[in-house]
Amino acid sequence: MSCSSHWEPVIGLEIHVQLNTESKLFSTSPASVHPVPNTSANLVDLAIPGTLPVLNKEALNKAIMFGVAIGASISPTCRFERKSYFYPDLPKGYQITQLANPIVGKGSLDLHVDGDTVKTIGITRAHLEEDAGKSIHDRYEKVTAIDLNRAGTPLLEVVTEPDLNSSSEAAACFRQLHTLVTWLGICDGNLNEGSMRCDANVSVRRHGTQALGNRTEIKNVNSFRFVERAVQYEIDRQISLLEQNETVERETRLYDVERDETRRMRGKEFSDDYRYFPDPDLLPVEVSQDLVRSISQSMPELPSNRRKRYTTYLNLNPAVAALLTRDRATSDYFEAICKVTNNASLVANWVLGNVSSVLNRDAITIEKFSLSPESLGVILRHVDSGEVSDALAKQVFDQVLSQGGSVHDVLDQVKQARISDNSELRELAQTILASHPDQVKQLSEGKSKVLGFLIGQAMKTSHGKADPKKLSEIFIELTST
Amino acid sequence: METVQSLVQLRELLETRQISSYEITSEYLARIRRTDCQFNSFVATYDEAALRSAQLADKHISDGLLKPLIGIPIGHKDVFCVKGEKTTCCSSMLDSFVAPYDATIVENLQNAGAICLGKTNMDEFAMGSSNETSKFGPVRNPWNLDRVPGGSSGGSAAAVAACIAPACTGSDTGGSIRQPASFCGVTGFKPTYGLNSRFGMIAFASSLDHPGTLTRTVEDARLMFNSMSGHDTQDSTSSTLKSASTKSKQKQMKLGYPSSLFSDLPNSIARPLEEARKILEEQGNTIIEIDLPHFNVAVAAYYVISCAEASANLARYDGIRYGLRSKQGSTFDELCERSRSEGFGQEVKRRILTGTFVLSVGHYDAYYVKAQKIRRLIRDDYLRAFESVDLILSPATPTTAFRLHAMDREPTEMYKQDQFTVPVNMAGLPAMSIPCGFADGLPVGLQIIGPHFGESNLFELGVDFQSLTDWHLQCPATLS
Repeated sequence: MSCSSHWEPVIGLEIHVQLNTESKLFSTSPASVHPVPNTSANLVDLAIPGTLPVLNKEALNKAIMFGVAIGASISPTCRFERKSYFYPDLPKGYQITQLANPIVGKGSLDLHVDGDTVKTIGITRAHLEEDAGKSIHDRYEKVTAIDLNRAGTPLLEVVTEPDLNSSSEAAACFRQLHTLVTWLGICDGNLNEGSMRCDANVSVRRHGTQALGNRTEIKNVNSFRFVERAVQYEIDRQISLLEQNETVERETRLYDVERDETRRMRGKEFSDDYRYFPDPDLLPVEVSQDLVRSISQSMPELPSNRRKRYTTYLNLNPAVAALLTRDRATSDYFEAICKVTNNASLVANWVLGNVSSVLNRDAITIEKFSLSPESLGVILRHVDSGEVSDALAKQVFDQVLSQGGSVHDVLDQVKQARISDNSELRELAQTILASHPDQVKQLSEGKSKVLGFLIGQAMKTSHGKADPKKLSEIFIELTST
Repeated sequence: METVQSLVQLRELLETRQISSYEITSEYLARIRRTDCQFNSFVATYDEAALRSAQLADKHISDGLLKPLIGIPIGHKDVFCVKGEKTTCCSSMLDSFVAPYDATIVENLQNAGAICLGKTNMDEFAMGSSNETSKFGPVRNPWNLDRVPGGSSGGSAAAVAACIAPACTGSDTGGSIRQPASFCGVTGFKPTYGLNSRFGMIAFASSLDHPGTLTRTVEDARLMFNSMSGHDTQDSTSSTLKSASTKSKQKQMKLGYPSSLFSDLPNSIARPLEEARKILEEQGNTIIEIDLPHFNVAVAAYYVISCAEASANLARYDGIRYGLRSKQGSTFDELCERSRSEGFGQEVKRRILTGTFVLSVGHYDAYYVKAQKIRRLIRDDYLRAFESVDLILSPATPTTAFRLHAMDREPTEMYKQDQFTVPVNMAGLPAMSIPCGFADGLPVGLQIIGPHFGESNLFELGVDFQSLTDWHLQCPATLS
């Protein structure tokens, strides 16, 4: 797109977060969706005449937790509205949602790219609402099947300000909200199962202008990559329309994953009339300051805070801190190791390096990783103290992972197997010194850094079996004469 | 067994073993069979189940297991879900609907030992003031078969008046218990909003719907209320507060008297109401003139709010999960449209359309928001009045029972039937209508209104009045 630099994309997101509560938002049936259709829907979910909704306080508390995490104001009274429309998988003929008093008001989210804060994204609001059931059109011939298992599951709809200006920012924002809600433990974060669904409102305008262009809404995208691609496609499409002096229609579009394009779903020229009004079955719920306080005290330390702590107190670089805080389990694992050994940068390297590659190889998450952080901590404490080389530590790590056994036993074995005989080490050191005359010269000139290089060479030659501590002493002794 | 029996009398007979529950229950079922063809007050009777329960009750009684309503048969308005039984709201829409659960008040009464005789007739979805919109046909007033019994709890009121049930449940959204009670000469009571659970009562207008009772006496109303009410976790609007227990019997009360409400009544109705006032005054109660400045706009605001809520409450009847499903219609929209067109009667459609209109964009502020403001003003009027009085006296209805079809062409005239009762629902106050005389051979009701949770004073005054009068014991000539 040759002229795209003249245009500025303006993007806002609406993200439906399915809260992982025990029961549904207004009924006692389980919120985790059962695979057999219509088995986790009770009389309330089916909208049997005479049944009434009762608010699930756990959902309210989780919404409040999200609000506290984004520094938002929490509405002192929580009210619900009815949003009316007829659809076969909407049993009551209306959805209970929040219009006038969303539980979570204005807040913000710092957007990071590679650990650096790029900008602060405004969160307009977040409100609670119930999900609809599912219409299944392709299972039976000529008829639509209805599964009401999902009907009534709690959603937190998070609405951002149109503060995002590129497809990568949009994807980063979605990803960071994903990190946040899974971190808080209020959503299982399972994108494949629709636990988070993203709608993107996209428009473009000429750089330097204030007025917003006509926007389109891309519905129901459920992966970070697809958000990026769908938004980029839409930006390019709108720019190309505008450059040909055509207009962008206000419409709802669908992203087609297969063809990597967005397609018109319906126009917005006739806006729907949902006839919102306060739900008379639900009295306003008072949200006390005490409740907000106790929820904020029960919250885990937030990723933004940990990131700050890692760079400020542990001296990790921002990119590393960002990677370590991409999910809470990784960060918790990192912190647990740090309780056993002090060398944070060594621990970070191992978590993001060796540990991460095993996780990728085995396609598992860190929760399923068999080596406890305490055990890995013991290994790394030996590395930090110089008792064991990094290479040897890796051997211990691999062996414990593949064959099991206690870290202490395996460490003892390798320590015994290693070359600690002084004459043997002296011989090895002399060989290394002989083949590196330049470095020997530098060392004698006081460049102590070279010592590390020489030890490294010796370790390499001995396949990690030499005792690095003793080697160091021998090198110093041999070169200082 | 005498024709007229109060619950209190029946309990006395049962406790002293002068009669068995089986005999009582059989007798009422026989009366229904024998005479209800004239009134059409019951739409279903549960003969077998009722007699079985009666036998069990008799066993409990002989074992000394006495509960407040043990062995006493009652009828339930067809708006309440009774497990395993058809619950239709007298609408074709729910013709085939069998309730899979018991309404909380049904369960509470059953736990108190009451036996369910069957379901009583009503206006379709409780929308009406004459019981003419029922799909089972109109109910006739036992005092004059050419007259309506009032509505929507017309079946319950007629059944008690005709002595074919000693008491019935009812529901009151804008007067649906008190107006038919007045028309049929029985005691109609609804408590403070939130004291009787709405769970299992098929909704008309959630913020105005009050379950209550139609009984022979005020004492009976209290007896039923004590068993029916209580906090229900399944109803979010259910109150955790309890009705104030009877204080040291407050015999002399200050009674608010909004004289402007009485001044436009026809003489024949004004006279018995005036007599009733005098009787209460002679008992040492003080009559205090009060003003309810927003009384005149209550009916309009009521119909905006109740129709708005109804339009959403009745959206669930789409022909998909239960109830009537049209045989025509190939798409969801068509099926839904056809089912609703076939399933709902004219009055229900009128109210759904009205409600849909007042909630739509561009009309919401002018109608719904304004009506809510009026509702607040009405409530404030009452709260102000109750700063200086204990209870308020009011007519229950502007006329006595009118002829069937008299208002066929004038739905808004029918709406005015509720002018004295509607404001009470807007404020969620406890109130009752008790018989206070006759006008041209038809019963006249006196309405007594209490402050929130002021049921005990209400009962006290009602019991007092009925100890001095016998209007509530009168029987229609059609029975003899």
